[in-house]
Amino acid sequence: MKLDEFFVTGEPLVYGGMVSIVLVTSAVIFLLTYFKRWGWLWREWLTTVDHKKIGIMYILSALAMLFRGGMDALMMRIQLAFPNMNFLNAQHYDEIFTTHGTIMIIFMAMPFLIGLMNIIVPLQIGARDFAFPFVNALSFWSFFFGAMLFNISFVIGGSPDAGWTSYTPLSGAAMSPGPGQNFYLMGLQLSGIGTLATGINLMVTILKMRAPGMKLFKMPIFTWSTLVTCFIIIFAFPILTVALALLTIDRIFGSQFFTVTGEGMPMMWANLFWMWGHPEVYIVILPAFGIFSEVIATFARKRLFGYHAMVWSMILIAGLSFLVWVHHFFTMGAGAFVNSVFSVSTMLIAVPTGVKIFNWLATLYKSKIEFTTPMMWSLAFIPSFVLGGVTGVMLGMAAADYQFHNSYFLIAHFHYVLIAGTVFACFAGLEYWYPKMFGHKLNERIGKLAFWFFVIGFHVTFFPQYFVGLDGMPRRVFYIIPEWMPLNVISTVGAFGMGVGFAIFVFNIYYSYRNSEREKTGDSWDGRTLEWATPTPVPFYNFATVPHADKYDAFLDMKEKGETTFEEEKLEPIHMPSNTGQPIIMMAIAAFASFALIFEWITLAVIGLVGVLIMMGIRSFDYDEGYHVEVDEIKRIEREARGL
Amino acid sequence: MAEHSKRFPINHIIGFVLSIVLTLLAAWAALGSDLPVKWIVAGIMTLAVIQAGIQLFMFMHMTERESGGGHVPWNMMFHGFVLAAIIVAGSLFTMSFGFTHDHDDGGSHQQEEQQEEHSGH
Ligand code: HEM
Ligand SMILES: [Cu+2]
Repeated sequence: MKLDEFFVTGEPLVYGGMVSIVLVTSAVIFLLTYFKRWGWLWREWLTTVDHKKIGIMYILSALAMLFRGGMDALMMRIQLAFPNMNFLNAQHYDEIFTTHGTIMIIFMAMPFLIGLMNIIVPLQIGARDFAFPFVNALSFWSFFFGAMLFNISFVIGGSPDAGWTSYTPLSGAAMSPGPGQNFYLMGLQLSGIGTLATGINLMVTILKMRAPGMKLFKMPIFTWSTLVTCFIIIFAFPILTVALALLTIDRIFGSQFFTVTGEGMPMMWANLFWMWGHPEVYIVILPAFGIFSEVIATFARKRLFGYHAMVWSMILIAGLSFLVWVHHFFTMGAGAFVNSVFSVSTMLIAVPTGVKIFNWLATLYKSKIEFTTPMMWSLAFIPSFVLGGVTGVMLGMAAADYQFHNSYFLIAHFHYVLIAGTVFACFAGLEYWYPKMFGHKLNERIGKLAFWFFVIGFHVTFFPQYFVGLDGMPRRVFYIIPEWMPLNVISTVGAFGMGVGFAIFVFNIYYSYRNSEREKTGDSWDGRTLEWATPTPVPFYNFATVPHADKYDAFLDMKEKGETTFEEEKLEPIHMPSNTGQPIIMMAIAAFASFALIFEWITLAVIGLVGVLIMMGIRSFDYDEGYHVEVDEIKRIEREARGL
Repeated sequence: MAEHSKRFPINHIIGFVLSIVLTLLAAWAALGSDLPVKWIVAGIMTLAVIQAGIQLFMFMHMTERESGGGHVPWNMMFHGFVLAAIIVAGSLFTMSFGFTHDHDDGGSHQQEEQQEEHSGH
């Protein structure tokens, strides 16, 4: 293979990307070397098994991916603003909408939420870490390298261009030769392993490591949403794993699962993809529901209305989410009976979702609302998400979907649920738990400015798309006709508004780091759940003494009784896991193997795979039992953190 | 924990070796043997069931007593079976029902329309 086949050539935008990658990488290397921070980076971050630090790394990566996906989005919006634009050509446009969709769902939304779960769930249930801290680090690095692998495709080898759904036969070897589509397959496969492992890890953590007295139906609602999400992950991700593997075997080893020529079935890909894909959209919305529930209860200063109904509706949603997948391909042409069955099951999902909406409203009803930034995101979420849900039900009517399908109406629908749901929740959750993570709040005034830019920008961008969709504009086109122009111009303006909002949000992180007042207590918002019982910054072992949590809103109860998580007479040495470099090394080797497989260098791939197996062997004989933190040390740390 | 992990895991080794042997046997049946196809399929199915049994009982804690919130492994097994049923029955249902209708009356026209729909993906 020649070098000019290896690197992507001929696109000014891609050259720009290459230059910025080189510049940023050199800058990072220079800074680390100049400030002599390599050892610190390795000891404190790359080898950590601390769930809080891993969570922060997840969130940082997700923010970076939000930036990358957002850039893709702005480029698409520029191209679509006017008829006859020549900003992107057809091929480049295809690549960009593919990477945009894949990155936003797989490498932004999920990691962001998993990052928040990482940090908060153990704190909420009174645990000192995950059940399997080593596996948690492994999960993070598998996500991280999967994301890097996918992102590098636009400068090396060429990006995938068959949509985030990667439908066969288009994504098969015959119609998409070359490494592009393999990047999609291996990037998702590698990070999917991590997601599945996290699902199992968090589920075990929640089932086995709750504070004494905390029954399942006493758990905070965000923890509940995480538990239900883990359940969906555990049962949905294997389907994706198998589908990706089948398509990889098709493309690289010449089998015929998804080709017509070999008596395969191209539509079987769509079938398998959406059997995972629909549960996946609930994987990214249920934790969002959990976050909003926490934020709304905290700032309405009321107990969450209908806690049991909230939990059961999530369980119902999780079950139903496995029974509706065909609504993504009603137009495949299965008979009216098949479509009707899935039409009904789809509309059923709206019922538990509606129950949740009314519970939030009832929580707010007659409450004294405190308008903090996280609360503003939550309040904006409710009406916006309802718009997304209602149009979802419209799409769920099979006969009508023959009109809406693959038009901008669909685009507007899923952005209304994904942005107003997941993205708002990520911002709300980050701002809400920010003081717990970093010891100071984000500035409220700048936060609200970002909020208004983003929310107004969001509606200006996507509301017109419902109508331009009804006017017949299909998704995934790179030219518009003059009739669609006015609404598209509005959309593009809105998109830049969202961009400004995001920029302000990121600036706020820097500004608050410099200027915000440092937290003195651990209880920044007068919270209700156990994460606020820990001091800020949270000591690495979380809880000096694990509290008894036999009431819902356990921390409220503790505050009433005057209990803390530092009861000196109950102190005992704490058993903690040791840091280890094995996860990052193992996953780096796995990434190397995947990269080789992407270019179909089989020998190298096999060598990489053997490397991974060797790392697993090493891990099997690793008898490191961790270490104990002694009582004196705990006392010293807690006294300092609590200013005693 | 400590004494548990230092004991020689004889059960696991046997299970591990057995599962590899079964896999090789299945691969040989499919690639190397010249048994009739029916026999191969039936044979592989049988091997798969034995394989699943080995995994479940030697590695997956199926024999442990129930704890806390019920017997978690059995619970997950149950849901796994439900999901497998949904996948298999659901795929058969969606991928094979109702298509004949299109072939009967003016099928070619409908087919073309569908082609157009999907070229957009
Ligand atoms: C009331 C609940 C919902 C209903 C009834 C619903 C219904 C639908 C239907 C019928 C489609 C397919 C339309 C078509 O392709 O023509 C669709 C697409 C989609 N929905 Fe929803 N939906 C709901 C909620 C959600 C949520 C909560 C999310 C994610 C957070 C979501 C994300 C998506 C995505 C990403 C697509 C497009 C996938 C693609 O083709 O690329 N939906 N929805
Ligand atoms: Cu769906």
